[in-house]
Amino acid sequence: MTNAIEVRGLTKRYGDVQAVRGIDLDIRRGEVFAILGPNGAGKSTTVEILEGYRKRDAGEVSVLGVDPGRPTREWRSRIGIVLQTANDAAELSVRETVRHFAGYYPNPRDPDEVIAAVGLSESANKRIRQLSGGQRRRVDVALGVLGNPELIFLDEPTTGFDPEARRQFWELIAGLAHTGSTIVLTTHYLDEAEALADRVAVIAGGLIVAEGEPATLGGRATAKALVSWDEGSVETDTPTKTVLELSRRYDGEVPGLSVARPTLEDVYLKLIEAPGE
Amino acid sequence: MNDAVNESVSDAVNETLTETAPPAAPAHAMPSALKLGLSRGMVETKMFFREKDAVVFTFAFPIILLMLFGSIFAGSLEGTGVTVSQLYTAGLIGAGVMGAGFQNLGIGIAGDRDDGTLKRLAGTPMPRSAYFIGKIINVLVIAFLEVAILLAIGVLMYDLDLPGQVSSWVTFAWVFVLGVTAAALLGTAASSLPRSAKSAAAVISMPFVVLQFISGVFIPFTQMPEWLINVASVFPLKWMCQGFRAVFLGDDGATLELTKSYELDRVALVLAAWVIGGLVLCLTTFRWKGRRDG
Repeated sequence: MTNAIEVRGLTKRYGDVQAVRGIDLDIRRGEVFAILGPNGAGKSTTVEILEGYRKRDAGEVSVLGVDPGRPTREWRSRIGIVLQTANDAAELSVRETVRHFAGYYPNPRDPDEVIAAVGLSESANKRIRQLSGGQRRRVDVALGVLGNPELIFLDEPTTGFDPEARRQFWELIAGLAHTGSTIVLTTHYLDEAEALADRVAVIAGGLIVAEGEPATLGGRATAKALVSWDEGSVETDTPTKTVLELSRRYDGEVPGLSVARPTLEDVYLKLIEAPGE
Repeated sequence: MNDAVNESVSDAVNETLTETAPPAAPAHAMPSALKLGLSRGMVETKMFFREKDAVVFTFAFPIILLMLFGSIFAGSLEGTGVTVSQLYTAGLIGAGVMGAGFQNLGIGIAGDRDDGTLKRLAGTPMPRSAYFIGKIINVLVIAFLEVAILLAIGVLMYDLDLPGQVSSWVTFAWVFVLGVTAAALLGTAASSLPRSAKSAAAVISMPFVVLQFISGVFIPFTQMPEWLINVASVFPLKWMCQGFRAVFLGDDGATLELTKSYELDRVALVLAAWVIGGLVLCLTTFRWKGRRDG
């Protein structure tokens, strides 16, 4: 089997609100897949269905070959979930917590090695209550990867981080990808998706509105470039030609010159503006 | 710094694309629910005693009250040879057992639901029964220590006589087991009532305090209106305390009871009914998700 996750025609309704309106998704084994989307777009609902936390209304879903609507212990031992907001086990130390959770898995990694891998060796004997927000998330990651999972879910892992902590966290996640595990990441940050993901899907209005590699998403690679300078700007398919012309006009340096392709953020904002009706 | 990060990130991405072999599927056996339940029991107990608020709230409260009441009310009850502090010792043992089960679990599980403990556990291969085994161990440890300390205070400071006959200890054992079970099941069911961990202490403690006042822990039944006694008779605390009085006050104290008897058969019946009712409530109402999780 080449796909870690296969979804066909997934729907979910809460009362009057149709949160997920027919999602198809294939996530390959070993890839880092990012799911982007505004709040309330159906992103969390979709992921929670994949994680076995939530029941779906309709559709076919297979996660590691198992229907997550009927989670078994064996299946749970093959996936790792890094929660978005948890403040549990505050009175245990990092090492106590990781060792305890290791006991849940049939074939866990070495707890001390996992603590070292997430960069918490020096805080291993600290109570979790005493950790900073960033350190807490590292504990979450440690617990998520402890069972040697084939598939890891990361739900908005760097929300509330300062820029440096985010960079460090990205390294940690990039390191996880080395191990060959499939990683499914939801995030609000487009730079995060661009740095980490092999492929991304954008969910808006309960549907996937775009899917692909970050560099080419939504026709990004073939879009017109924006050439701007102090006295004007122009969108063009041939920016080099425009720059040469400008250079000639100004006889050398063009004041305030910049050439930009749409960023992932530009593409994303355009995509979620008009969710597929 | 940035370059180094970007490099390692792109390294990782390349590596992912070239690496095709997924991690090996687990060939090891799943750990047993009982073993994990014991492991959770240890962790739960450790966490309980490290959280000073909870220790004072559920554990130390009856002990403090016993010392207080024992110092204030020194006399004995007429015609029985039973002292007021002995009466309080028996009553507070009942309240202590109920506190360890009902209050501790009601607030504790509401907290677990709110702070992500339940969600995290539900996402692991831990069998759900292990969580409850852990909570039962936690409650038994607290209740057992509580009773031991209250008894020690009663014996050392207030001349409480520990019963000599085996039959009294048999009574103690079944009142303790039925009482702690009923209280723990009710606490588990009640944990779904509070909207958040913040409101849990109030929502769970309020009815418990009221119940202690009407169930003869602090105020003898002889000083209460009949309708209030009838209300108290519906709930398990009155019967737990009555059972413990039978154990520790002996035949002399029976004359203090409303019916001049400890009615142990009714104690057993009512507590057993609450065990069954509590179990049904737990099975039908227990939620692994918080309200915010939908």
